[in-house]
Amino acid sequence: MRHLMNPLDFSVEELDRLFDLANRIEADPARYAHACEGKKLATCFYEPSTRTRLSFEAAMLNLGGQVLGFSDAGSSSAAKGESVSDTIRIISCYADICAMRHPKEGAPMVAASRSGIPVINAGDGGHQHPTQTLTDLLTIRSLKGRLGGFTIGLCGDLKFGRTVHSLINALIRYPDVSFLFISPSELKVPDYITDMLTERHIPYEEVIRLEDCMPRLDLLYMTRVQKERFFNEEDYVRLKDFYILDKAKLSAAREDMLVLHPLPRVNEISVEVDDDPRAVYFKQAQYGVYVRMALILTLLEIEN
Amino acid sequence: MLNVGKIEEGFVLDHIQAGKSLDIYHHLKLDKLDCTVAIIKNARSNKKGKKDILKVECDINTLNLDILAVIDHNITVNVIKNGEIVEKKELVLPREIHNVIKCKNPRCITSIEQELPHIFVLADEEKEIYRCKYCEEKASNSSSQW
Repeated sequence: MRHLMNPLDFSVEELDRLFDLANRIEADPARYAHACEGKKLATCFYEPSTRTRLSFEAAMLNLGGQVLGFSDAGSSSAAKGESVSDTIRIISCYADICAMRHPKEGAPMVAASRSGIPVINAGDGGHQHPTQTLTDLLTIRSLKGRLGGFTIGLCGDLKFGRTVHSLINALIRYPDVSFLFISPSELKVPDYITDMLTERHIPYEEVIRLEDCMPRLDLLYMTRVQKERFFNEEDYVRLKDFYILDKAKLSAAREDMLVLHPLPRVNEISVEVDDDPRAVYFKQAQYGVYVRMALILTLLEIEN
Repeated sequence: MLNVGKIEEGFVLDHIQAGKSLDIYHHLKLDKLDCTVAIIKNARSNKKGKKDILKVECDINTLNLDILAVIDHNITVNVIKNGEIVEKKELVLPREIHNVIKCKNPRCITSIEQELPHIFVLADEEKEIYRCKYCEEKASNSSSQW
């Protein structure tokens, strides 16, 4: 039995197989509409995350399975002080697979160590959010036709943004990827990441202005400056509008550049950009469902 | 000058940083063993000025000394048999350490689930970096984490 805790739990070859399956699902969803009939997905969300939870639930429903679960700790037995280990043992009696989000880092790993069913980490604090990374990789692979051989710009909160750190770690396994880190100095990518890139001779640059590097990018990954990562409101207000992608900035970009965003956005991408064919963040959300469908099938070892 | 006699079988842990011998006594769980232990604090040292020494009289297979490498790999481990040094043990960093270092990350699951063991995994042997198995927080070298 396998779990998914970290995007690097799967080898590059295993990811290729997963993405091939996701693309087959995309091409012919009807073929998979009953693949999980009689199976149940438990969504154990100890903190609210409507988007991720609904994406998991949509994935299971698309496969003909059923879903059960809770969407905040207050409505679960955690409010009574039950441990994650005990909860997962109970959930293992009710469901065939579990997607768990928890504010504490490592909680899904604790669950996986005690679970009788596959556990998917659906986000644990600021630590990992592997299905977001799989979503990003599938989107890039499907729309660019390859993983590797490109320059990717990562813009916004690069200090606290776990999706960014996770994506960097996943992309360095592919050949010829170079990085442009675009952020205010307060939200720079952590040293351990730049140290690792230097050690591996992977090219990267840190830049302040989004406009300056636009023509060089094959991909632009925008992120939200998250209010909850700041200790005070003042810092948040000062920084949140630093990097806004609008039509004027996008006009300097290549015709085939893609704009990705893990969503939700606040105002870092102007709505006027949404209709530009290079803006693929809503398609990305759709790929999130396909990759979760492929993941559920893979972890449940359902032949297809 | 204080004199502590020879031991027949066991270990002499030499060159312990002055003042650290009691920590090591506890980490090696010597308090749980029914054997003779000499704790020598602030002994004179040519190299360091002062040092601690632990002499433990026990079967040489009863102690797992791996943890010493994590605490301080400058410690010299002399294995004693029949009153003589038969080996100078090389300290090797253990792959995993259980319940020695405590994770200080307030966002780690171990901060709310008290019964979970604190497990640290060797992430980088060269740089001697251990990370929490759950949240991957780096173990600091500060003694407050021990």
